[in-house]
Amino acid sequence: MKRTRFNANHRKLGAKMIEFCGWDMPVEYKGIIDEHLACRTAAGLFDVSHMGEIHVTGKDALAFVQHISPNDAARLSPGMVQYTALMTDRGTYVDDMLVYCLHPEFYLLVVNAANTDKDYAYICAQKDAFEIGLDDPSDRYSQLALQGRKAIPILQPLTDIPLAGMKSFTSAFGKVSGKECLVSRTGYTGEDGFEVYTLDPDPAIIWDAILESGTPRGLQPVGLGARDTLRLEAKLPLYGNDIDDTTTPLEADFKWIVKFKKGDFLGRDVLVKQNEEGIARKLVGFELFDKGIARPHYPVFVGGAPAGQVASGTFSPLLKKSIGLVYLPIAQAAIGTEFAIGIRDKRVRARVIATPFYKRDY
Amino acid sequence: MYSRNFGYTKDHEWVAVAGEIATIGITDFAQKQLGDVVYVELPAVGTALAVHQTIGTIESVKAVSEVFSPVSGEVVETNGELADAPEIVNQDPQGRGWILKLKPANKADLDALMGASEYERYLEGLEH
Repeated sequence: MKRTRFNANHRKLGAKMIEFCGWDMPVEYKGIIDEHLACRTAAGLFDVSHMGEIHVTGKDALAFVQHISPNDAARLSPGMVQYTALMTDRGTYVDDMLVYCLHPEFYLLVVNAANTDKDYAYICAQKDAFEIGLDDPSDRYSQLALQGRKAIPILQPLTDIPLAGMKSFTSAFGKVSGKECLVSRTGYTGEDGFEVYTLDPDPAIIWDAILESGTPRGLQPVGLGARDTLRLEAKLPLYGNDIDDTTTPLEADFKWIVKFKKGDFLGRDVLVKQNEEGIARKLVGFELFDKGIARPHYPVFVGGAPAGQVASGTFSPLLKKSIGLVYLPIAQAAIGTEFAIGIRDKRVRARVIATPFYKRDY
Repeated sequence: MYSRNFGYTKDHEWVAVAGEIATIGITDFAQKQLGDVVYVELPAVGTALAVHQTIGTIESVKAVSEVFSPVSGEVVETNGELADAPEIVNQDPQGRGWILKLKPANKADLDALMGASEYERYLEGLEH
């Protein structure tokens, strides 16, 4: 199993470790519910070094990114970050990703841990005549996420980057705990916060420094268990559950990342057609109104008839009920529609509700 | 660590006998494995259970675990506190976190249980 450069930090804290995509990762420390609520009320610190980073450099870097992504990377000046998809030529997802414009000839793509090798091979296969350099330095990167309303007071004493002035979805280079880092105002929890990337071979002191600064303010280390409950409350998709190579951004309710007017991109013609004809199914949020927890792959019934499976589902520590995401036929996708989910031998009642399930109030 | 007065199973249930009544729950090892418990599904009072029959399920945020009856018998009481405060199973799994009480039908079921030292050795074996 691969280990991040913060592995000893997690073990010292007594984290429960699991294998995740070939990595030895913390799933929880104090407990999923405690960690989730700490992030929502103060802050949470996450080791996300398992994520993948891909470098696209050279003369045609922007043109190449425009080709593989449906969003408009031409709007990015150095320091700006954009959420988008890595597209198949069928308009479906190879992965979702963040695109960082670091320089007009240097784009950093941040991709899911589960897909890094697949994404890099796919990207290399799209190179054709583009004059670009491609590299996968994922193993040299370490990454931490600090998320929550107390993120700025916790991180500012440790860095020379002025954090309060950073707009959401922007990035800056600077020092954190004396180490050279790239810091962006991004995250996967629905809270304000920062992601800190470093190529420093010895970044463990950054973790300790953030914990020292943050613990008196309510900061807790957060594992993969709560990472999933947090992102689901914020209706952020997870590749493999909510999006994959059979779903389009239009069906997944991410029409905003598809900028038809920016020019051609992989899968554009399929998406144009789907946009004209209308989507046949839509990813919607639901809650259970009986007791139980809906989990991925549980069968879904609409009007008593089988209608697919739960995409993502969990118990929401904040809302204290089970929530999730499911693809429903467009005629049944309206808010308020009631349906059922098979949980072991019972049919539990659910209804479509508005998302995100949680929106921050600051 | 594990009470010498209880009997234990390989599925991490414990049994405490007082007179005619056996109280059943899950062990500290089991609650740690599960993480934060959010729902406990219990059988109705009066249900007749056989050894290894599913009593119900305990759901944590990330897992569902079936609880198997360590002994056969009739359910006489279930822990009403667990509906509103399922976290008691995590906080005090071998005390206030008890799951149900039943009237054992068969003495031999109780004899088949592991004692505390045997259960502790069994746990050590699992960790290697």
